[in-house]
Amino acid sequence: MADPLMSLLGVKKSYGEGVARTEVLHGIDLALHRGEFAALIGPSGSGKSTLLHLLGLLDRATEGRITFDERDVESLSDDERAMFRGYKLGFIFQFHHLLPEFTALENVVLPMMALAGKEKPGMRERARELLSRIGLSDRMNNRATDLSGGQQQRVAIARALAMKPLLVLADEPTGNLDQETGHQVFELMREFNRVEKTSFLIVTHDQRLAVQCERVIEIVDGRIERDEKRS
Amino acid sequence: MPFEWVVAVRFLREGRAQTILILLGIGVGVGVIVFLSALINGLQDSLIERTLGTQPHVILRMPDDAVRPMKKAGADELVMSRLEEPAQRLRSILRWQQTLDEAAGNPRVTAVAPLVSGAAFALRGNANKSIALRGIDPERYRAIIDLPARLIEGTYELAGDEALIGVELAKDFGLETGDKVRLTTAGGKSEVFLIKGVFDVGNKDLNERWVFVPIRAAQTLLDLTGGISSIEVKVREIFDAEDVAQELGRVTGLSAESWMKLNTQLLIGLRSQSASSVMIQVFVIVAVALGITSVLVVSVVQKSREIGILKAMGTTTGRVTRIFLLEGAILGLAGSALGLMIGSGLALFFASLAKNPDGSATFPVALTLVLFARSALVATTVGLLAAVIPARRAAQLDPAEVIRYG
Repeated sequence: MADPLMSLLGVKKSYGEGVARTEVLHGIDLALHRGEFAALIGPSGSGKSTLLHLLGLLDRATEGRITFDERDVESLSDDERAMFRGYKLGFIFQFHHLLPEFTALENVVLPMMALAGKEKPGMRERARELLSRIGLSDRMNNRATDLSGGQQQRVAIARALAMKPLLVLADEPTGNLDQETGHQVFELMREFNRVEKTSFLIVTHDQRLAVQCERVIEIVDGRIERDEKRS
Repeated sequence: MPFEWVVAVRFLREGRAQTILILLGIGVGVGVIVFLSALINGLQDSLIERTLGTQPHVILRMPDDAVRPMKKAGADELVMSRLEEPAQRLRSILRWQQTLDEAAGNPRVTAVAPLVSGAAFALRGNANKSIALRGIDPERYRAIIDLPARLIEGTYELAGDEALIGVELAKDFGLETGDKVRLTTAGGKSEVFLIKGVFDVGNKDLNERWVFVPIRAAQTLLDLTGGISSIEVKVREIFDAEDVAQELGRVTGLSAESWMKLNTQLLIGLRSQSASSVMIQVFVIVAVALGITSVLVVSVVQKSREIGILKAMGTTTGRVTRIFLLEGAILGLAGSALGLMIGSGLALFFASLAKNPDGSATFPVALTLVLFARSALVATTVGLLAAVIPARRAAQLDPAEVIRYG
């Protein structure tokens, strides 16, 4: 098998100092592969979110080694990590987190602008194309706040994919959606995974969602308890 | 448009009530600054203009006669001396033509005029009045004090035995252009002059005492044949006057006094007025800055989620900082535009309230482009500086935390 897209080796993460120090992750070894569609499950407080933030380069490990796309990302500066996030990672959050001041289209254009420093030709076209693929071509000039929960989450998917990332990290993407809408959102991610070969790691509580993924990683008490692949 | 600009403008625009209120706050602040500066500058300009309407910028005279003890103390002697100041007589400036040319050659000097001045009496019928006789070269003198503009009747012509008198003297003696008046000096010389014009220099005392005659006539009356008593100088920059006076004094060996020295009280008054106005402006600026800072700090807290998202999707710390700095600068600039309107409106309204009988404003206001540019620059800079703390806070936001708990 080719080099893993992202690999964690003996990664530990603790918060606080001295007596108040609590270790949340106790040595994680994990490899995520290109084009994979994986689920990360576990009870609350198990360290899922912490792991996700380490994978998303939003936080730094206390110990251990993390490589992403063949680079040791722990040794990068904050700005270099920001660039890495911008170009190679996509995020989808539970509470969609669109910028309410902007329209759906602008929300998708923003990450491209944030990296280039200004709007460049082709950015809007890319955003329009993505929005039409998620079935929102008729709502793209609506304010983010004028969209339904499901629509907002679809815009968030489009935004996460704007820069053609290698890996999309989704934190409870269907958590606050009804079952029907949640299913649509899930299918959308699945489709992007198939068509664009983008890797996805989805953090979820939902067992039914997890079983539809190619791989299920379960984390309990800061350790990987189960890691199984399905065909 | 740069990314930071797009986000900053959108954040401000969507801030609505908050943005409008802080803009009004900045506007009122800048308005006060503009109004106060316009009023005080206008007032000071007009005060100085009025003062210098009847005064040369620098006046050169012979130094006073020095006083020396007759006997000097020897080795074992102690001399007690009582020095008595001699009465200063009217003396001519030595080689005054040369000195005049020297003064005129100074690059900071725009005009020079010789003057013969001394005390005299004006007589008409049984009445007599003490006057200040001023012998001038009309062409040169008009560059120092614009007498032609102040004539209320007659013409600005002086030759032979012609004279110009002030409006008060004219009234007291019942004189008008074409009448004659006798001028006598304490030395016993006397001459009859034809009145060619009556002036009003805006000062009652001077209108009563000043009598202008040709330089030659004054020399004869004051027994100063071929000499002059002073040289009056006009300088390019009025606040350079003291400096120029010292330089001219050094070069010519004459006693040189500037209008600034002769009007110390006025200058102290003007300076303390300026100082208090600066104090007020500084406090207004501080208040405006605090307002901008607090609004932006609140906005950073309100937008912490969005800032977290922007960072998560790759926005660097530098860009996040610049978004908020820009917000501060935009608020300052836009607020100052509003403030210029408020301040100018207030100043013009104020000026229109109080008018002199001749229609000119009692409170002249000086609304200059420099004042506008300075206020806008100050407000923008203050906005930028006021945004430093909020911007730093925004930059330090930890995206992981915001996303987890947001």
